[in-house]
Amino acid sequence: MAASKMKHVNSSMPSPEDVYQASLSNGITVLARSNFNSPSVNMGGYLPAGALFESDEKLGLADFASSMFMRGTQKRSFDSIYNELETTGASLGFDSGVHNTNFGGRALVEDLPLLLKLLAESLITPTFPADEMERLRAQMLTGLALRAQDTSDMADLLFEQMLYGDHPYGRPTDGYVETIRSITRNDLETFHRLHYGPRGMVVVIVGAIQPKKAVEAVEKFLGGWQVPGQLEAPPLPTLKPVRKTLKRHHAIAGKSQSDLVVGMLGPNRKNSDYMAASLGNSVLGQFGMMGRIGDSVREKSGLAYYAYSSLHAGIGPGSWEVIAGVNPSNVRKALGLIEKELRRFVKNGVTKEELADSQANFVGRLPLSLESNGGMVSAILNIHRYNLGMDYYQRYESTVRSVKREHVVEVARKYIDPEKLVIATAGPGKG
Amino acid sequence: MKNPVTQVTLKNGMKVMLKEIHTAPIISSWVWYKVGSRDEATGKTGISHWTEHMMFKGTKKFPANILDRSISREGGRWNAATSRDSTRYYETMPAHKIDLALRLEADRMTNSIFTEKEVASERTVIISEREGHENEPMFLLGEAMQNAAFRVHPYHHEIIGDMADLRSITRDDLYTHYRTFYVPNNAVLAIAGDFETKVMLQRVRELFERIPKGEMPSRLIRPEPERKGELRLTVEGPGETTFTQIAYPFPSATHPDYFALQVLESLLNGASGLSYKTCRLYRALVDKGHTVDVSGWSESTIDPFLYRVTMIHPPDRKPEEALTVFDDEIKKLQDKPVPAVEIARAVKQARAVFAYGSENITHQAFWMGYTSMFSGYSWYTTYLNKLAKVTPKDVQRVAQTYFQSSKRLVGTYIPNGKGA
Repeated sequence: MAASKMKHVNSSMPSPEDVYQASLSNGITVLARSNFNSPSVNMGGYLPAGALFESDEKLGLADFASSMFMRGTQKRSFDSIYNELETTGASLGFDSGVHNTNFGGRALVEDLPLLLKLLAESLITPTFPADEMERLRAQMLTGLALRAQDTSDMADLLFEQMLYGDHPYGRPTDGYVETIRSITRNDLETFHRLHYGPRGMVVVIVGAIQPKKAVEAVEKFLGGWQVPGQLEAPPLPTLKPVRKTLKRHHAIAGKSQSDLVVGMLGPNRKNSDYMAASLGNSVLGQFGMMGRIGDSVREKSGLAYYAYSSLHAGIGPGSWEVIAGVNPSNVRKALGLIEKELRRFVKNGVTKEELADSQANFVGRLPLSLESNGGMVSAILNIHRYNLGMDYYQRYESTVRSVKREHVVEVARKYIDPEKLVIATAGPGKG
Repeated sequence: MKNPVTQVTLKNGMKVMLKEIHTAPIISSWVWYKVGSRDEATGKTGISHWTEHMMFKGTKKFPANILDRSISREGGRWNAATSRDSTRYYETMPAHKIDLALRLEADRMTNSIFTEKEVASERTVIISEREGHENEPMFLLGEAMQNAAFRVHPYHHEIIGDMADLRSITRDDLYTHYRTFYVPNNAVLAIAGDFETKVMLQRVRELFERIPKGEMPSRLIRPEPERKGELRLTVEGPGETTFTQIAYPFPSATHPDYFALQVLESLLNGASGLSYKTCRLYRALVDKGHTVDVSGWSESTIDPFLYRVTMIHPPDRKPEEALTVFDDEIKKLQDKPVPAVEIARAVKQARAVFAYGSENITHQAFWMGYTSMFSGYSWYTTYLNKLAKVTPKDVQRVAQTYFQSSKRLVGTYIPNGKGA
């Protein structure tokens, strides 16, 4: 029943035929795809400038700098930039990670030129007004005060410090109170001048516009940008492996719930282990009601509202984490259950049925993740960032289904050693 | 209007809403029950939300593990949520798999089991959920504000319920609640996506029409008396950050003043779903350094609820100072009509937000059911036109009527400096 009227089911997936790609002469890559179902357009992208360039004393600098881009440009004040956006119901924003500064926005299609104009002005001619800088600094410091009170954020922060040590991935991209206080206007201007430029920049546009028109629009606003001295990111240092299980607690008094993160290193996104690890992770702590971890910690023991696992795979060494929020008196019990599931996962891998379930889930959920313009922008960005090939989603089903049980148990054993876990907790008491 | 909606009432009183959308091979199906925290008496608070959790524990035909597995292995997305006025369950699936969701929902409308064992294990899960909320200063302040704003009306308590009731509610309480409110004549089925209406309606009839009609559940009718004088309260807890929340009683979503208030709200705190850096409160409070953030929101409810504004204070500023600036902004709106161009701006913003929403099939099915809980689908389809008819004088009048300090509550979260 429910006969489909869709003529080409695969038209909901990006392919080399419908994603138009162009390289501008200054090094910017533009990818565009049409969707005329709604009169709107989404834009997303990144530039290779992030926390990798920061010194330990100035942590949070990339985040601070990119958050200042829209707080004043040579042509417009903070209020006038946002007035143009909000008057048309459009949005635009920047945020920084370790490797990149990401940007994203959306608008009614007639307002795409406005969006691109403001993107270009923010990136090319930010003025870092001193009063706006102090206002933003106050907001960032309040954000850090709230982070210090958040059991989930603090467990995560502690986990990353323990797992990555002095590797750049062990440092918070939003910095610390003392580093945010120490950042000067000169730091922001210099950071912008040295690290932001067109080389390596990617812009993706999806919506009610012909792809070639979208590329022309990007060319018009960003095609003339030249930054001769744009610095290359330093290579990632090698990581010291964890030699035995590490366990630490961050005390936050007066809280009713503790958060815990148990994990280890995982594959990066380009690694050939990625799909097997991802399917294994689904069985472990995602599928249905949070997989085996959810079944053990939540469904059978009633210890937590959330208990799941997740795989963070990006450019460098990824992490594989199990996360739960429990009553402080149940931390030990929950950790015991999680360790038990990890041992079982490493020893026996997954069953044939479990693997088939997760494979079916991965294939079946694809159209949902691609139905909105925003979802399509993310998909195209991922393809480009990790060099997956524009036919990635056309091949996706066979890639997923080609993973066998032995691959899953192999990657489980490769990455998870129950004797070498990193365990971080945050909450009241001594942990 | 594009994509008209077919609305049918089955013989057992269940309302069905169908909207064909052929932009992606997806169907989203939602069942809405008119039951929420508004229907909970003291001693049984949180029971609607807990019932929602129990609906995932299975039926004879779809035992818990089968239920979950069946939907997930088809790549479906499913979940549920409880609000003040309603409880909703949805599945968004590849179009050719939607039949599973329909069979499941028809079955669990009457056949959920609620074993003692599952109730016991879910009790601690929900207590854990509440403990997670209690970690957040904003939850603690918001709950205290709601408790104080409603002495009589059941909007008094949070949807999650009070800890005392989460410890004492029994399996039979839950089952009775389920059987009372989960009847087809208290439900709406809203489906949007890639199907043919005639075929879909026939299948819906096959599955749902045989469920017997129940008695229409009786409602707690306890209107909140008008407040006589401003109420101030404080909540103390861990942390270093001070928050203030201001709450004004707002009318229901079907009140004639609703749309003028939506415009007013948009001017004060920005349009829902967009950034809000040029709204009046942001310009007056954040741009001038009195607060580090300010946000405001109201809810579309069956009975009058609240409009709330939350301010986050920098460590070196006093909350009173920000409150004075806030009051000045309200006074400006009361003293003279706003320029018509500001209203036009609010309408354009709403138009854009509607366009973004139309990209998403789940979102479109949501709105059909959601609006039918307190009004009807025409509330949604006429929303932009009604907003466009609001005049500067309307905005001034509602500012004068609803923003009276003698009717409001002001609550402050005072951090005790501990916790780090």
